[in-house]
Amino acid sequence: MTEEAETAMDERIKKDPLYRRLMKRPELGAIAGMILVTVFFLATADPAMFTLSGFMNFMTPAAQLGILAIGAAMLMIGGEFDLSIGSMVAFAGLIFAALLVNFGMPLVVAIPATLIIAAAVGAVNGQIVLRTGLPSFIVTLAFLFVLRGLSLVGLKWATGGSTQLRGIRDAVENDFLTPVFSGDAFPALFAWLANIGVVETFKNGAPKVPGIPVEILWFVLLAAAATYILLKTPVGNWIFAVGGDTNAASNSGVPVRNVKIALFMFTACCAALLAIIQVLDAGSTDARRGFQKEFEAIIAAVIGGCLLTGGYGSAIGAFFGSIIFGMVVIGLTYTNIDQDWFQVFLGTMLLLAVMFNNVIRKRVTGER
Amino acid sequence: MSEPILQMNNIEKHFGNVIALAGVSFDIRPGECHCLLGDNGAGKSTFIKTMSGVHKPTSGEILFEGKPMSFDSPRDAMEAGIATVFQDLAMIPLMSVTRNFFMGREPTKGHGLFKRFDVQHANEVTMSEMKKMGINLREPDQAVGTLSGGERQTVAIARAVYFGAKVLILDEPTSALGVRQTSNVLATIAKVREQGIGVVFISHNVRHAMSVGDRFTVLNRGKTHGTAKKGEITSEELQDLMAGGQELAELEGSLGGTI
Ligand SMILES: Nc1ncnc2c1ncn2[C@@H]1O[C@H](COP(=O)(O)OP(=O)(O)O)[C@@H](O)[C@H]1O
Ligand SMILES: [Mg+2]
Repeated sequence: MTEEAETAMDERIKKDPLYRRLMKRPELGAIAGMILVTVFFLATADPAMFTLSGFMNFMTPAAQLGILAIGAAMLMIGGEFDLSIGSMVAFAGLIFAALLVNFGMPLVVAIPATLIIAAAVGAVNGQIVLRTGLPSFIVTLAFLFVLRGLSLVGLKWATGGSTQLRGIRDAVENDFLTPVFSGDAFPALFAWLANIGVVETFKNGAPKVPGIPVEILWFVLLAAAATYILLKTPVGNWIFAVGGDTNAASNSGVPVRNVKIALFMFTACCAALLAIIQVLDAGSTDARRGFQKEFEAIIAAVIGGCLLTGGYGSAIGAFFGSIIFGMVVIGLTYTNIDQDWFQVFLGTMLLLAVMFNNVIRKRVTGER
Repeated sequence: MSEPILQMNNIEKHFGNVIALAGVSFDIRPGECHCLLGDNGAGKSTFIKTMSGVHKPTSGEILFEGKPMSFDSPRDAMEAGIATVFQDLAMIPLMSVTRNFFMGREPTKGHGLFKRFDVQHANEVTMSEMKKMGINLREPDQAVGTLSGGERQTVAIARAVYFGAKVLILDEPTSALGVRQTSNVLATIAKVREQGIGVVFISHNVRHAMSVGDRFTVLNRGKTHGTAKKGEITSEELQDLMAGGQELAELEGSLGGTI
C-alpha cells in the first residue's frame, strides 16, 4: 500500500512539520499566555503562590469563572454570544435559594429545578435569536437587564423586602448532596497526605489544604466533557458547522436550530451550576451575584482561541484562559503590584488575544 | 422507461413579490442524467432547492417514488437519498476536509454515552473518495479554506456522490474546474448514472450538458420551455433556447412531442 501511496503523491505536497500543526491549534495562545503569566509571577510573586495552598487559592476563582467560560466558549464556537450569563448567575441563585429556603425543598429537587428553569430561559433566548434573526448580542443584552431586574424584584419578594436571602446553610445542613456542590472534596485523602507529610499542616495538625474545592473538580469535569463533545462526537462537528456558516450547515443536513438552542441552554445551565456552587458556599444570595461575569467569561473564551465570528475555538483554551485569569487576580496579591492593574491587564489581554486569533485564523484557512 | 424517482409538478416559488418559479414541472428517473439549463437568474438554483428541502414550494406537488412528499429540511431530503452539490458548495472554510465531508452525517462508533465520531474511518473515506476524483489531499484534516476553488468543488461533488443514494443534484458543479477535473466530473456523472442513480445536472455549458445528458430541460425566467430527449435537439437549439432567442417559435416544433 505504501508504495502505491507514494507513487500517487503529488510532488507539491509537503507534510506540515509538528510545530506548524501545533501553531494551528486554537488553544495555543492560551497555553503560551499561561506560560508567560507563570514566568511573570515566578519572578515577581511571593513563592507562597506556587505552593499547594497558593495553587488552590488561584484555582478557585479560575474554576468559578471557568464554569461560565466553558459555556460561553461552546456558544461562541456555535456562532452566538450570551451576555446574560452574569445576570443568570444572580437569577438562578435566587431561584435556587428560594426553592431551598422559602419552599423547603431538598437539594435533590432544588438543583434539577434550578437547572431546568435556567435552561428554559436559555431556550427562550435562543428562540428569540433564531426567530427574529437579530444578533444574539442584542437579544441577550436585553436579558442581561431583564434577569438582573427580576433577581432584584424576586429577592425582595422572597425575603419580604431585603436584598439578601439568607438561611441556606441551615436549609442544606444535613443534605446528602451538599458535599457534591460545596466545600472541599477528598478531605480524608488530604488528612492522610498531611499525616505522611506531603501536605503542610497548621500547628494543631490540621492540613493547610483540607481538600480540593469542589468547583475545581466541576471545572475540570466540564472542560473535559466539553472538549470530548467538541472533538469526538457528531454534535461537536455540528457546533463547529453552525458557527462556521449557518446556511452551509443547514444545507448539509445539520439541525441548526436544535444545535443553537441546545447551546444557549447549556450556557445558561453553566451559569446556574456556578450559582448553585456560590450560593451554597456563601450561605446566602444577593442580586449582585455574577455582576459583569459575562464579560470576563467571554474574554476567557477569546483568550482561549474562540473567534468572535464563531466556528473556531476550543473548550480547553477557555480552560487555560480562565486559569490565566485566576493567576493574575490572585497572583497580584502575592506581589507588591497595585491590584487595580487587573483591569488594565484584562483589556490588554483581550486585545492581544483577538489580534493573535486573527493571525491564527488566517494560518488555518490559508487566507492571504 | 422506468418510473420517476422524483417528480415535480407545476412548482411555483415566490419570494415576497418576486416570482422565482412560475410553474415548473420536471422529473428524474433512475439511471438517467437530466440536464437543467438556463441563463443566470432563470431560477435553476431556486428550483433544485425545492427538491433538496431548502425551500418549500409556494405551490405545486412533489412526488417521491410515486408518493406525495414534503421535505421540511435538507436533512429530510438527504435521508430520503437525495444529495445536492449547491452552487455555493455548502462548505465551511475553517473546518477540515473530513469534517466538511461528513458534516451532518458523521459516522459513529461505540454505544450510548460513548457513541463518538469515528474520525479515523471518516479520514480514510475522505482520502479515498477524493483520490477517486483525482485529487490527492495533503492531509484529511487540512482546512477547506486552504483548498483552491476547484478542489473545494471537487470535495463537494465527492461528498454528494458518496451520499447520493437515489438522486444526485449538481448545481453548476464545473464552474471553477479546470479541463482535467471537469472531464473527471463528467466521467463521474456517467459512472453514477450507471449505478441507477438519477442525476440532475445544472450547467451553463451546453457542450458539457450534451456530453452526459439524457434529457434536457431549459428554464427561462421561472418557466420551462419543456423537455427534450437526447438526439431530439442540437447544441445550437439548446443554446438559443437558453438565451431565449428569436428561434424560439421555430424550436417549439422540435420540442413539442415531449412537453
Ligand atoms: N432567497 C431569495 N429571496 C428573494 N429572491 C430570491 C431568493 N433566491 C433567489 N431569488 C431570486 O430568484 C431568481 C432566480 O434565482 P436563481 O434560482 O438563483 O437563478 P439561477 O440559479 O438560475 O441563476 C433571481 O431573480 C433571484 O434574485
Ligand atoms: Mg444558480
